[in-house]
Amino acid sequence: MLRWAGHSLIFLLAAPILLGTLIASLPAFGYFPPLGSSDFSLEAWRELFEVPGLTRSVLISLISGVLTPLISLALVFLYLASATGSKLDLWIRRLVSPLLSFPHAAAAFGLAFLIAPSGLLSRIISPELTGWERPPDILIVNDTWGLTLLFGLIVKEVPFLLLMSLAALPQLQPRHRIEVARTLGYRPTIAWLKVIAPSLYPLVRLPVIVVIVFASATVDVALILGPTLPPTLSVRVLSWFNDPDLNLRFLAAAGSLLQLGVSLIAVAIWLALEKFVGLLWRFWLAAGNLNTGEGLAFAIGRSAMPLVLVVIAGSILALLANAFAGPWRYPSALPSSWTIQHWANSLSDLSTPLFNTVLISVSSTLLALLLVVATLESERQSSKSKSTALWLLYLPLLIPQIVFLFGIIVLTEFVGWQANLSLVIFGHLLFVLPYVFLSLSEAYRQLDPRWTQVASTLGASQLKSFWRIRIPLLLAPCLTAVAIGMAISISLFLPTQLLGAGRITTITSEAVALTSGASRNLISVWAVVQLSLPILGFMMALLIPKFVWRNRSGMIDTR
Amino acid sequence: MAHLRPSTPLIRIFLLFVLLPHSSLTTAQAIDVADWSALEQQARGQTVYFNAWGGEPRINSYLNWVAQTLEQRFNITLQHVKVADTGETVSKIVAERTAGNDTNGSIDLLWINGENFAALKQNKLLFGPWAEEQPNFSLVNANRFPEMREDFTVPTDGLESPWTRSQLVFYHDSQWLAEPPQTIAAILDWSTFNPGEFTYPRPPAFLGSTFLKQAVLEISNNDPALFAPVTDDQFQRVTTELWDYLDALHPTLLRAGRYFPNSAAELRRLMGDGEISLALAFNPNEALLSVRTGELPDSVRTYVLQGGTIGNVSFLAIPYNAQHKAAAMITANFLLSIEAQARASNPNHMGSTTVISIEDLDVSARQQFEPVSTDLAAASPDELSRKLQEPHPSWTPALERAWIQRYSAR
Repeated sequence: MLRWAGHSLIFLLAAPILLGTLIASLPAFGYFPPLGSSDFSLEAWRELFEVPGLTRSVLISLISGVLTPLISLALVFLYLASATGSKLDLWIRRLVSPLLSFPHAAAAFGLAFLIAPSGLLSRIISPELTGWERPPDILIVNDTWGLTLLFGLIVKEVPFLLLMSLAALPQLQPRHRIEVARTLGYRPTIAWLKVIAPSLYPLVRLPVIVVIVFASATVDVALILGPTLPPTLSVRVLSWFNDPDLNLRFLAAAGSLLQLGVSLIAVAIWLALEKFVGLLWRFWLAAGNLNTGEGLAFAIGRSAMPLVLVVIAGSILALLANAFAGPWRYPSALPSSWTIQHWANSLSDLSTPLFNTVLISVSSTLLALLLVVATLESERQSSKSKSTALWLLYLPLLIPQIVFLFGIIVLTEFVGWQANLSLVIFGHLLFVLPYVFLSLSEAYRQLDPRWTQVASTLGASQLKSFWRIRIPLLLAPCLTAVAIGMAISISLFLPTQLLGAGRITTITSEAVALTSGASRNLISVWAVVQLSLPILGFMMALLIPKFVWRNRSGMIDTR
Repeated sequence: MAHLRPSTPLIRIFLLFVLLPHSSLTTAQAIDVADWSALEQQARGQTVYFNAWGGEPRINSYLNWVAQTLEQRFNITLQHVKVADTGETVSKIVAERTAGNDTNGSIDLLWINGENFAALKQNKLLFGPWAEEQPNFSLVNANRFPEMREDFTVPTDGLESPWTRSQLVFYHDSQWLAEPPQTIAAILDWSTFNPGEFTYPRPPAFLGSTFLKQAVLEISNNDPALFAPVTDDQFQRVTTELWDYLDALHPTLLRAGRYFPNSAAELRRLMGDGEISLALAFNPNEALLSVRTGELPDSVRTYVLQGGTIGNVSFLAIPYNAQHKAAAMITANFLLSIEAQARASNPNHMGSTTVISIEDLDVSARQQFEPVSTDLAAASPDELSRKLQEPHPSWTPALERAWIQRYSAR
């Protein structure tokens, strides 16, 4: 019954992406009949390598691709090592899911207003502390080496990796392991790093690789926070695609293949780094030193996470303030008046996009959940080891969006489909599916098989033990996966815009359209709407298990 | 081929796509652009997908009003497809042609001018000629205003219908800058002594490209070569002084020229935040409207450079593969009507400048247009009459590329 969910399904989802990539990359080698070019040539590549500042663009993409996961993962692990079980930890666990759902573009916009020379922080300390009557002329946002971009990406990816770690942790039974390590005399932080980290890392490896690809190829965050002279490679590729000079299409196609290469190189660098760190760890483990470095690890772990939270909270505050601000001149710390005018102006425009957003995110996420559970269940029942074909599910996260989306449009045109809602839902499914899979698969696979074995010995059928044992045990991870899937869908821009031909508008597509012309206040209104939607989803993911398991405290305990 | 059995789903899907004939599902009705009443009949019940820049809330709500009116009067549903960059729309049309979709295009009408138009026209991706057959076309008095038939010096050949006028203006915050520089050369002198007070959007953002064109026109004294297709030699000759000028200007700009804003909106935010005291816009009413909403301080004033500034007309065009050409034409004709243009030019609504020749109208029609604004923040009509012509569209990408070449990788 579940056989259909196996390989053919994966191919069905992967095929449009592979075909799309193929079709979209043909122009890189000179083949693009609509522009009268059907001879293969390497002209586009020659042109690409003559683009000024290309090396810098590539370097910045590589740097953010490697440093973002490195720093984020280090912070997450140090935090888990130093704070697990503390009061701080309880708070942060409650906050992490909603924070994760903060859409990238909105987060970047809020962050930019927070830390810009004329931003909220500067306004709070001016002119009293600084003497600034006008904003200082310093380059913070859009800095040449992409440090603000890196900062913004880390702030966004720390909650993601933390959530992924928290989802995987329970299977490692950390409490017992730590207890064993502590009886051997290790301090808690060091104990965590020595006995938990090495087993946890393989479980979050795939999310880390997703972070690498995202950080090296992001468009929306780089547009707002990234350098402009020159911009990152991904931003340049998009601008070539959008250039009215159609001959740049060849350059764009070559550039997007280069982008793919850059993302892959970043992953390769990471894998090399992984080997190296693994070696270090082994020495460190064998060395047996009990507590060296504990103080430092503890201090970083305990302080960095609250700092990240403060930055995110500050960005949200900045957005909220702007959404209700009247005239707000520098250096006033607060607007001269508050108003709901910006909301009143947007109200009539909000309803259709809001409806579409909810419809698309709910249907694509539920479809994704169905497919993922079916795939995982069939994988379990056939009791084979992990299928390598499942890697294909991650294609949408490993190939720059702009490449294969352009190809998919060409494909849909071939079969004569008009832009419509189901096409957009399918496009969202491609992106939602891997995230749902990512957040659910480990929990599903690591679920102790003895539960099912016990059920079988008691005479329960596969189907019955699925519904009565596995699904209830996995309720919380399933709901988290749904919330993540919806958050991803809500934040998607390119698939909505391209596959819907711009006819199907969501909160995100409208918000992006507005950034090129609207006031900061109006953009903030849309950003606030955009970020509050996924928070609702996460609150439900948090509250439903609490309600269902109100008499089963052991089911909620994730430590 | 016999040994290659299409067994895997991948191959099967591939074959499905490749073997499927490029069928056009509906046959387009014959269109007679001269028979306007037949067009109105055909247009009934059609939906017009209008791809237009969606970044400006005032324009968006104006188009909402247009949609309501069209629905009532012509039974046409207008859907504003909001795009961030007209280049995307050009991309879309190309993608459709790539797929052989020659009759069921997803775009019926688009807002366009300059190099976007030049690209589409050159690649024969536009429907027409139709624009001069519109009953309302005579209102623009194209004989007196040749710019209604010329888009950046390229003849429109009836492929696009005039919609709005734009003109480059400068605005300054009089609190920090009382007497703004009146020429391109004076901007450099002033900026040298007041570093960090000015910047412009990074080309190819259109406002940034317009600043380059304004500078090159003024520095080269309106060199005639600028109004013909660009050649390497002419480009070298005409722009040498421009690069000297920019080399000197950039270190004096905001962030010492190591950063340029992305768009006109970002530039406006910099002004609103007090980061700069001189900026530019392509809608003469932009500063006025932003002062009214509180986004800019009320000390902001608009002006036009002494020797005049670039002005242009933006147009509406119909892709060659549009599905609802009749309704698109009815829509364009309505947008060109006295009623629609008068509302568009009202600062309480869209706040653009009309393409209609108001002097040719009778008194009652003239009264529908708002009297000239006397607002302090607005530029005077006298100033706005100092207009420079756009260079040939081929100069725009040439200038943009040269700028990126020189300045994007410092």
